[in-house]
Amino acid sequence: MKMELIQPFINAADAVLSQGLESPMAIENLTMEEEAYRRKGVAAMVELSGDIEGRIIFDLAPKTAARVASHFAGAELPESDELVREAVCELANQVIGNAIATLNDQGFHFRVHPPVSHTSEHGAKSTEDTEALVLCFGTSSGNVCMNIALRYHATREKAMAGT
Amino acid sequence: MEQFGAIKRSKDGQAVQYLIVDDSVFARKNLGRIIESFGGQVAGEAGDGLTAISEYDRLKPDIVLMDITMPQMEGIEAAEKIVQKNPEARVVMVSSVGYQENIVAALQRGARHFVQKPVKPEVLYEVIKYVLGDDGAVANAAAAGV
Repeated sequence: MKMELIQPFINAADAVLSQGLESPMAIENLTMEEEAYRRKGVAAMVELSGDIEGRIIFDLAPKTAARVASHFAGAELPESDELVREAVCELANQVIGNAIATLNDQGFHFRVHPPVSHTSEHGAKSTEDTEALVLCFGTSSGNVCMNIALRYHATREKAMAGT
Repeated sequence: MEQFGAIKRSKDGQAVQYLIVDDSVFARKNLGRIIESFGGQVAGEAGDGLTAISEYDRLKPDIVLMDITMPQMEGIEAAEKIVQKNPEARVVMVSSVGYQENIVAALQRGARHFVQKPVKPEVLYEVIKYVLGDDGAVANAAAAGV
């Protein structure tokens, strides 16, 4: 996976999390994942199609998700509250939307699908073409992990190779 | 949350009525909280573009806050349909997908303004005042810093 695809997501996560949680964040961990994705807590997935395709999963431990959701909502939310799952979906939507805005302005065109709550324990195994990058951001509310599996669409890749 | 001077309707001094359209319940609640801090009132909510059109016809709100990426019908198409039928409608797009192409498309198809998510209340406040123009008045100008 190309770093040029990843950087906008890091920048967007930084902007959204720092503003939303009103505290700085830092990258705590960065790994390439070859095994199938395993959900850790409250997760939301956004799929992309177009010049770049694949999926991004946001995954937060239940306690972290409740803390982040409470901060965004301005009121204490219990871990069991449905709004916590909604908040993780909205967080994914905001980070990915901001990243997409940057990539679109760089000439990539794609469609972002609405975020969905990811409830299964496992996800599809990464392939050579769509190996997943797992980024964990340390925030004042706990770790927010982003599992990114993206690749250029075949026609876009051909066009880029030809230039 | 920051204190804002209440924005009222000039014609009757009543609270500005909003229709909030977003597929995320969490985002709708958050936006509702922000507009209430402006002295506004949530007249209704919708989770997709199709419902937004029918809710607009039923409620005739002063302002529609409309997300873009939604199931069934996306926000730009819904904004266009609302404005085609109601040229006076004030639709403000509120979306995280704020790239040039999208912003231009939204404005060309009838939206009055575009606010990028995550929403900064002070930004939305200024946009609401701008979009309302003479139809809105800040009740407590001192508190609004104007």
